[in-house]
Amino acid sequence: MQAYHVVGRSIPKKDAMQLLLGKPVYTDDIAPPGALVVKLLRSPHAHALVEDIDVSAALQLPGVAAVYTWKDVPARRFAIAGQTYPEPSPYDRLILDRRLRFAGDPVAIIAAEDEDSALRAMKLIRVTYQKLEPVLDPRTAKDGPVLVHPEEDWVPTYPVGGDNRRNLVASGGDSSGDVEAVLADCDIVLDRTYHTKAFQQAMMETFRTYTTLDRYGRLHVISSTQIVFHVRRILSNALGIPKSKIRVEKPRIGGGFGAKQTAVCEVYPAFVTWKTGRPAKLVYTREESQIAGSPRHEMEIRVRLGASREGKIRALDLYTLSNSGAYGEHGPTTVGLSGHKSIPLYTGGLEAYRFAFDVVYTNLQPAGAYRGYGATQGIFAVESAVNELAGLLDMDPVVLREQNIVREGMVMPAYYGETANACALDRCLARCREMFDWERRWPVRDMGGGRVRSAGVAVAMQGSAIAGVDVGSATIRLGDDGCYSLLIGAADMGTGCDTILAQMAAECLDCPVDSISVFGADTDASPYDSGSYASSTTYVTGKAVELACGQLKDSIRALAAEMLDCAPEDTQFQGTGVKSLATGREVTLEEISYRAQVNNQISVEATATHSSPFSPPPFMAGMVEIELDKHTGQVTVLDYMAVVDCGLPINPALARVQTEGGIVQGIGMTLTEDVTYDAGGKPIERSLMQYKLPTRLDMGRLRVEFEHSHEPTGPFGAKSIGEIVINTPAPALAQAIYRATGVWHRSLPITPEQIALAQTT
Amino acid sequence: MEINFTLNGRPVTGSVPPGLPLLDLLREKGCFSVKCGCETSCCGLCTVLLDGVPVLSCSVLAVRAGGHAVTTLEGLQEEAKEFVPFIAAQGADQCGFCNPGLVMNTIALLRENPNPTDDDIRAYLAGNLCRCSGYESQLRGIRSYLNSRNSRREDA
Repeated sequence: MQAYHVVGRSIPKKDAMQLLLGKPVYTDDIAPPGALVVKLLRSPHAHALVEDIDVSAALQLPGVAAVYTWKDVPARRFAIAGQTYPEPSPYDRLILDRRLRFAGDPVAIIAAEDEDSALRAMKLIRVTYQKLEPVLDPRTAKDGPVLVHPEEDWVPTYPVGGDNRRNLVASGGDSSGDVEAVLADCDIVLDRTYHTKAFQQAMMETFRTYTTLDRYGRLHVISSTQIVFHVRRILSNALGIPKSKIRVEKPRIGGGFGAKQTAVCEVYPAFVTWKTGRPAKLVYTREESQIAGSPRHEMEIRVRLGASREGKIRALDLYTLSNSGAYGEHGPTTVGLSGHKSIPLYTGGLEAYRFAFDVVYTNLQPAGAYRGYGATQGIFAVESAVNELAGLLDMDPVVLREQNIVREGMVMPAYYGETANACALDRCLARCREMFDWERRWPVRDMGGGRVRSAGVAVAMQGSAIAGVDVGSATIRLGDDGCYSLLIGAADMGTGCDTILAQMAAECLDCPVDSISVFGADTDASPYDSGSYASSTTYVTGKAVELACGQLKDSIRALAAEMLDCAPEDTQFQGTGVKSLATGREVTLEEISYRAQVNNQISVEATATHSSPFSPPPFMAGMVEIELDKHTGQVTVLDYMAVVDCGLPINPALARVQTEGGIVQGIGMTLTEDVTYDAGGKPIERSLMQYKLPTRLDMGRLRVEFEHSHEPTGPFGAKSIGEIVINTPAPALAQAIYRATGVWHRSLPITPEQIALAQTT
Repeated sequence: MEINFTLNGRPVTGSVPPGLPLLDLLREKGCFSVKCGCETSCCGLCTVLLDGVPVLSCSVLAVRAGGHAVTTLEGLQEEAKEFVPFIAAQGADQCGFCNPGLVMNTIALLRENPNPTDDDIRAYLAGNLCRCSGYESQLRGIRSYLNSRNSRREDA
C-alpha cells in the first residue's frame, strides 16, 4: 500500500469539540427567536376524506397567525424523495390533500406566535371526516378493491412499472440464465419467505426546519437535511416558485441514516413563510417522527434457492413485495437493492438468477430511505436461506460460503454486470472466523439452567453511490495565509465526511489537515452535489476533491511560474510553496496567494465534478455469539465480530464507529425494535418508550477489523462504508437463535415472546 | 410563577408558566447544549445537574428548580475539556446530538466514582441513548481518559 501522510489516519472530526462541548450548531439552536411556531393537525384515520373543515374559531384565537387547509395549497403534485431528477418516485403528494392516506397525514397547517397558541388552535379546528376503508395489508393491496391514489393527476415522472389504478408504485425484475431449468436440476430447492418491518431510523434529532425570507426576499431554508439541492427542487415543485428564489442550507445534523434524504417536514414551514412573509419553524416531536417520518420499506421476500448436495449454490430466485405505505417515496428504488445487493454475493457458482418485485401503496406510514436501502431486507432473506441450506446439509455455514461467494475479478451478472475489481470478502470471512474463534463457538453449548450459547454468521455487500447518476463536486480555494477552503454540497450528518474529505484534500495538497477548512452545504455557495446518501460521499465526492486539488495545484504552479520567471512545467508543487526546478528558488503559498490578489488573471480556486459509471461494492463478514434463555426467550448478545472491506479506510476510527453503530442498529431491528398497528392502522410504537432502541447494555462486545482492498475507481482506493454495516446482524442472529432453539424465525423482529412460544420442547 | 434559582453559578429570576419543563426554560435562557430527543424520559439527551445530581430536564418542571442550583454543560466547559478529547479521538462524537447529555452524565459518574469499571460505566450511562456510535467507542474514549489520567497521577 502506498504511504500517505493524512489519508488512512484516525484524525478527530473537525467539529468534534464543538459537538462535545454542546455548542449551538443545530437547526433549532441557530434559528433566531421570533419565528412562527408551525404545527400540523394530523389525520386520526388511516383513510378518509375531509368532508368539511372549519378553521374560523382557530383563527380567532389570539396569537394565531395562519391556518391552512387543502383549499389553500397549490394543486400540483410533487414527491419529497431526495433523488436526482427525474425522480423515480411518483409525484403523488400535495402539501395538504383532501384525501388522507395514513393515520398521521397532515390535515391542516397552523402557524402561531408560540407553541401553546398553536396547540390550542389545533383543538379548535373542526373537521368532518368521511371514513374510508383502509388498505392495510400489502399482500392484498395490488389490484385490491380500494385505491390509495385514485386521483387523475398522479404523475409517474419516470417509467418504473407503477400504476395508481392498481395500487402499484413500481414493478419489474430481471434475470440471467434459465432459473426454472437449473432449479429443476438441483438436488435441493429451498423455498422460504422472509419478512422485515418498517423500522425507524430514530436519529436523535427529529425532523426540523426553519424558514425565513432573506434580504433579497428569497426563501431561505435552514434544515436538518442530507440533500440541500434536492430540497431546493422539491420546494420549488411544491410551492410553485422558481428554484432561483430558494436557498437551502444545512447546519450540523443530529443524525440521518437516510431519514433526512426525504424532505419530510420542509414544505410546511416553507409554505407558511412564503404566504405570510414571516420566519417559521417546525420541529417534529418524537411521536411525529415515529408516525409520520420516512422509515424502512416493509418487505416480504420469497427466496427459492437451488443447490447441489455438496453445497454448491446454483440458482437464486427472489420475489420481493415492498410496502411503500401511503406515498411512493423511494419505493421504486429501494426494492431493487433487495435483489441486486443480495444475489451477487453468491456469484461464485451461480448458474442462473431471477429477481422480480412489486411495490404497493397501502394506508400506512409512507416509507423512505434507511441505511441499507432494501439491501438490508434482501440480505436478511438470502443470507437466512443460505444459513438454512447449511442446516439442511449439516454443513459449517462458513465453509458453505467459502465455496460460493463472489471473489475478486468475477463478473457479477446480478450486479448490472459489474466486475468485482476490489473484493476481499474471502479474506474478511477468513479473518472473522479466526478472530471470532468460530470453530469453538459454532457448536451449541448448554450453560445449564435453560441457558444455551450459540453462534451465527452472515456476509453482506452494498454499493458505493448510484452508478451513472450521483454527482459529487468540490471547490478548493487558496486563502491569504496559504491555507485552503474546501466547499462541498455533500452533507456531514455526523458521519465525518467533512473531515475525511479534508483529509483527502490535505493528502493531495501535501499539507496538514488543519490547513483545510470545510464549508457545506448551502445551495447558494456549494458546488452541486446530489447529497449524502447511497454510500456516495467518500467514493464520489472524495474523487471530486482529488480532481479539484489537482487542478488547483496546476493553477498555483502557473501563478508561481510567473513569479519565478520560468515555465509552469519547470516548477514543482511542494506543499508549503512552489519551487523552480532550474534555479531551486521557492515562493511560499502565502506569497503566491498575495500575488493572486494583485494584477492577476489566474484563479486560485478550482471546482471539479465527478460521477462514476460503477458502484463498487464494499463487503463484510459478521459473526455473533448469543446466550439464549429457553424459559423466557431472552437473547443476550455476547460478542459481535465484524471484518469489513471498504477498500482503504480514509479514517479508520470513523470507519470503525460507522461499523459499530450500524451493527447496533442491526441488532435493534432484529431483537427489540417493533412496528405494529392497531386494527384501524394506527402505529402503536409512538415513542422511544415503546420503540425500543438498543442501549449500551443490549449490544454485548463489538469487535471490528478491516481487510484492505484497492478500488481503482475510488479516491485512494476507497469504497463506501456507511450502509453495508447494518446488513449482517439480522441473518446472523436469526441463525444463532435457530441453533439455540431449533426454530427458524423468518420475520423480524424476533422477540423473546416469539422465541419462547415457538419452541416445541 | 416567580422563581429564583442559580444557573451555572449565576442567580436567575423569572416568571414561568406552571407547566413549563425545565428543558424549555434552560433553552430559553440560552443553554442550547440541553437537547430534547424523546419527550418521554427515555433518551438522556436533556440531562442537567440539579444541586449536582443528574436529572432529565424534560421531566422536571421549571418551577421545581426554584431555590436550587442548575448546571448545564455551558457551566462545565473546563471539566468537560479534561476528557472529551479522548472521546473525539475515538470518533465517538458522531452526529453530536446526544453528546451534551452523555458528557453531563459522565461528569456526574466521575464525580461519584472516579475509578469506575467498564461495567460501572455501562450501567451509569445506560439511560443515555446514542443512535450513531454503537456505544463501544464512547466506552473506549472514557477508558482511555481514565488510563491517561491515572498514569499521569502515578507519574506525579
